[in-house]
Amino acid sequence: MKRFLKSINVPELLRPLGQLIFFSLGSTIFLSAIALVLALILDRTVVGQTLFERLNVSLYTYTLVNLPQVAIDGLTIGFVYAAIALGYTMVYGVLEFINFAHSEIFAVGAFVGVEILIALDTFGILADASILMAYIYLILAILGGMLAAGGLAVAVERVAYRPLRHASRLVPLISAIGVSFLLQDVIRLVESLTTGQFNRIFPTFGNFDSRVILAKMTMGTTPITLGMSIKSIIVIVSAVLMLVALNYLVNATKIGKAIRAVAQDHPTASLMGIDVNRIISLTFLVGGMLGGAAGVLYALKFTRIDPFVGFFPGLKAFTAAVLGGIGNMTGALLGGIVLGMLETFAGSYMGVFTMGAAGSEYKDIFAFSILILVLIFRPQGLMGANVAQKA
Amino acid sequence: MTKRLLVVSLLLIAAVITISGPVAAADQTIKIATQSPLSGDQSAVGVDIKRGAELALEQMSAPLVKMGFKVELAPFDDQANPDTGVANAKRIVSDPAILSVVGHYNSGVQIPSSEVYHTSGLANVSPANTNPKVTTRGYMEVNRIVGRDDVQGVVGADFAAGKKVKSVFVVHDKTAYGQGIAEFFKKRAEEKGMKMLGFEGTEEKANFDSLLSPILAGNPDLVYFGGMYSQAAVLFKQAREKGYMGIFLSDDGFDSSDAVKIGGQTLLDGGGTFYSTVSGPASIYPGTAKFVADFKAKYNAAPQPFAAQGYDCMGICLKAIEAAVKANGNKFPARAAVTKAIRDMKDYEGITGKFTFNSIGDPTIAKYFVIQVASPSPAKWSDNPVVETLDIAPPK
Repeated sequence: MKRFLKSINVPELLRPLGQLIFFSLGSTIFLSAIALVLALILDRTVVGQTLFERLNVSLYTYTLVNLPQVAIDGLTIGFVYAAIALGYTMVYGVLEFINFAHSEIFAVGAFVGVEILIALDTFGILADASILMAYIYLILAILGGMLAAGGLAVAVERVAYRPLRHASRLVPLISAIGVSFLLQDVIRLVESLTTGQFNRIFPTFGNFDSRVILAKMTMGTTPITLGMSIKSIIVIVSAVLMLVALNYLVNATKIGKAIRAVAQDHPTASLMGIDVNRIISLTFLVGGMLGGAAGVLYALKFTRIDPFVGFFPGLKAFTAAVLGGIGNMTGALLGGIVLGMLETFAGSYMGVFTMGAAGSEYKDIFAFSILILVLIFRPQGLMGANVAQKA
Repeated sequence: MTKRLLVVSLLLIAAVITISGPVAAADQTIKIATQSPLSGDQSAVGVDIKRGAELALEQMSAPLVKMGFKVELAPFDDQANPDTGVANAKRIVSDPAILSVVGHYNSGVQIPSSEVYHTSGLANVSPANTNPKVTTRGYMEVNRIVGRDDVQGVVGADFAAGKKVKSVFVVHDKTAYGQGIAEFFKKRAEEKGMKMLGFEGTEEKANFDSLLSPILAGNPDLVYFGGMYSQAAVLFKQAREKGYMGIFLSDDGFDSSDAVKIGGQTLLDGGGTFYSTVSGPASIYPGTAKFVADFKAKYNAAPQPFAAQGYDCMGICLKAIEAAVKANGNKFPARAAVTKAIRDMKDYEGITGKFTFNSIGDPTIAKYFVIQVASPSPAKWSDNPVVETLDIAPPK
């Protein structure tokens, strides 16, 4: 036992936690400052007056009062993006290509998890589950989603990517896009043959929908409650656990060392006695499991899924990975959090700042413009790309 | 003795009928066609539109029969498919005995099919098509007895005004249907003096957090969604979870039991959830009690939505043909005369309302319903109570 405890590399457990807290706080403070400065500037203009007429509150107060809730919402979605982005970045790290099928692996995870819960629900098990059992069922669903998604990712690699490993780099990319379309329609086919439904709905059970009230404020005449639903907390906590575990696996274990070695140089790694194929499969397994868990968490948070559910989160997570520096795991964390925050800040405040001309429907344009700007000035991404040297 | 007398008199009557028959014979069969999906996944409603029309034909063709005509139903199956509908329409117009058409169920089928009726001058009375384009093409031949999609927004706004709503936030799904309804809602709500806290379109299907920030900050009395339940229910659920306690209102895209599967109890909390539609349950119409009883007696099943409207459409056709026959000196009328008679009809007393058509074929007053979500159980969706019935004229 003592030896086991000693073998745990504590700094490697704490480091990613520290990073996560630092990134979360940092992006919150940074974006909040920008929002508040903008609010102060616009307060004297017609924008502030319009808001004052409508809600009887100054733009600055409006921005300030809404900030905590916006930050919490941004963090929640940011962690989901981060968990998916790690799948992209890990595969890029070892194989240097973008696994576009990752968004469907995410969707498969979501479907397996939700179907497990729907099955439990039809047997009437969920309806009278105690709180403890509800959490156990949820964990069961997440594990189911992880296993299915991880297994699928390994299978996809074996069938669609490994035969193409020595082809030009565009070839596996096209293969990945093909797999992505194929998987979407396979999910649709399976669902329409078995359940006959396009939309699947996360059953209501446990206390996930209730809400922890953190504070109550009034803004002008409007009461504002600052709170967080239990499921948002579950999403954040599980994402943090997974991210820490992954970081530990890659940075503090022997297998992790092998993964890093393969990422640097396939031939040399194999000369050192590392089974490169096995390590690549393992990378897909881990990335897929993370994606699958993110899928179930996504379904928990947003209730409804359909066979195309993976497309947008997948695209955004890919963006997050590029934003942070593709191939760089810390970068994927940072990218996910920053993108989630940016998108939520933009969506929440743009409508007010532009007097309703460009509302939250344009949040993606805003978030992606920032991405383009970052890449113009830092093409390697925020943390710098970790591109393996190839001979 | 009396028996023999009876036989003799019967024989006499029979002889009179056989003799008089051929005299009035040529062109004496009048047919009225129905077009609705009789097969496929929408056939439940489609078959009952036909049955409603059939029942009306049986009960109300007596005056025409008295004038010496044989009245027949000519049912066609449009399979909810525009191509099939158009092909049927061509067969229908080529049969000179057919004087009018009751149909269709789908606007997408009615619109191309009615082009064929229009070029042949054949009258069409629609029991179910709500797309504005059905009538806005201004065809003399095309009429309907239900409301229009573009009035639903107005219905919603009037309902909100009735609920003393002072401020609203409008969200739509950026489709022609959802955004259209939302814009009509917005216009009417502003006329009614409601404060418009926001008007936003979104294709988002999952994460409504950032859209909800301005909604929660403005804390409107009511949130309106123009579009389908798959987005609306998710938005409503997330809004409730964030502490919004006002009223939710949507359109007939919300009319699906999946909405409560998604939203569950959250749709019932706070101010509750409502949606507008053009077709209420049969029991809501005052004149339908006898119809429902007759229908059950004949077909051994409760009528589906729009069966009563099928009954009324047939009634209108029969009445118009009767008028056209009379105007033509009790002879077989021209199609144009029937078309004109339908358009000229004043205050036809149907079981789902009193109908007069305006210059483009919309009913001068159509019924719209606002229904409240009453149970978190999907199985009880059809028991949702009608909270308001409105009679509204079509837009100019």
